[in-house]
Amino acid sequence: MHKFANPARFIRLSDLLLPWLMAVTVILLTGGLYMVFFASPDDYQQGATVRIMYVHVPAAYMAMLGYSVMAVASASSLIWKHPLADQIARAAAPIGAAFTLIALITGSLWGRPMWGTWWVWDARLTSVLILLFLYLGYMALWEAIEDPIKAAKACAILALVGFVNVPIIKFSVDWWNTLHQPASLFKMGGSSIHPEMLWPLLLMIGAFKAYFFVILLWRVKTLLIGRKIRALRMAQLGDN
Amino acid sequence: MTAFFSIILRDCRLSWRQGASSGMSVAFFIIVVSLFPLGIGPEANILSRVSVGVIWVAALLACLLSLDRLFQADYEDGSLDQLVLSVMPLEMTVLAKSIAHWMTTALPLIVIAPLLSVFMNMPAEGMWPLLSAMLIGTPGLSFIGSIGAGLTLSLRRGGVLLSLLVLPLYIPFLIFGVMAVDAAIGGFEPAPHLMILGAFTLTSMVLAPWAAAAALRLGLE
Repeated sequence: MHKFANPARFIRLSDLLLPWLMAVTVILLTGGLYMVFFASPDDYQQGATVRIMYVHVPAAYMAMLGYSVMAVASASSLIWKHPLADQIARAAAPIGAAFTLIALITGSLWGRPMWGTWWVWDARLTSVLILLFLYLGYMALWEAIEDPIKAAKACAILALVGFVNVPIIKFSVDWWNTLHQPASLFKMGGSSIHPEMLWPLLLMIGAFKAYFFVILLWRVKTLLIGRKIRALRMAQLGDN
Repeated sequence: MTAFFSIILRDCRLSWRQGASSGMSVAFFIIVVSLFPLGIGPEANILSRVSVGVIWVAALLACLLSLDRLFQADYEDGSLDQLVLSVMPLEMTVLAKSIAHWMTTALPLIVIAPLLSVFMNMPAEGMWPLLSAMLIGTPGLSFIGSIGAGLTLSLRRGGVLLSLLVLPLYIPFLIFGVMAVDAAIGGFEPAPHLMILGAFTLTSMVLAPWAAAAALRLGLE
């Protein structure tokens, strides 16, 4: 892994990967959106509102993926002192927070016609809201500590502490009797979704995931360049 | 082990001789709870419905606001450096200091809670569950709080940030603490909720000192 620790090498590699990832995102998203709007059936109960699910579910997955990426990167930064891991964790946080917000908002929009309420305090919704708070606290801690090396370490500790919430989100629908429906996509004994709805959903999940990594690479690159600019400025000030 | 207990004793003694610190948490607790009847209105049935939640939230905030006492004074006068250098692992020091924090902050709150529950017109059958839930749950607040206190130790504007870091992690304690009491008031068995609360506290007791010690080492670098 330390082969990619060199920022210049990482930027070269990400420049190589980014166009391909973007192409994958565009293809999956166009295919997915076409299927969502034109080639998937209405639900027999929910009608067309079922289409909100094709945004809601992928966004919720990315919310958890974002935190998992953050936690894994934080762990590898603390354990192996991998210099890029901090930047990856830092870059993942706002993306994950944005997807968490999207999942909450789309869920709320769906809940209004279906459950008759914008919001209920059941275990799944509450734990996802906590996830959003954890993201916000993490980002605030990054901003609060001026020394970037110290900030990275402190944030890594915080990210690992907050990771306890992720399994709670995943299993909240099994452990408690929630209004939110239990898992139907990835579960023991195969998915319980009809293929006509499963395919657009899988395409959208793929598109969201590719998009997530496009933005992640982009943000890491920006952070690295920003760091370089700061170092150059400081060197320039030192010369004068 | 003597070092462990002497830290607990030292912190308790310090807090006792300063006098004001524990008393201020209790006063804060009472004032926050008494704000609610004024804000919501004095109808007895509404107050009794929200009483448990209000008492728990006020206790949470009282614990949160006293967290800066955990390491701040020792950090400023340099004794924290000595504690880090001592033979006892820093994790144990953190555990001892968290226990002392609980004894000086949360324990007085638990003593005063019955009075406030009468204030708030809480049904009497909720009294013992409330006390046991607070007794079981509040140590976890001190343990988890030590992480936040460690992370914000060397920051100038740590206060608001501390609440942003710690409060999301306090939410499970609040939920199960209130559910235990509500179950008892509604005629159900509070024990399962109390057991989950106990599990939270025990888990945080094992894990939080590690994270807090790592944060402290970082803050002292």
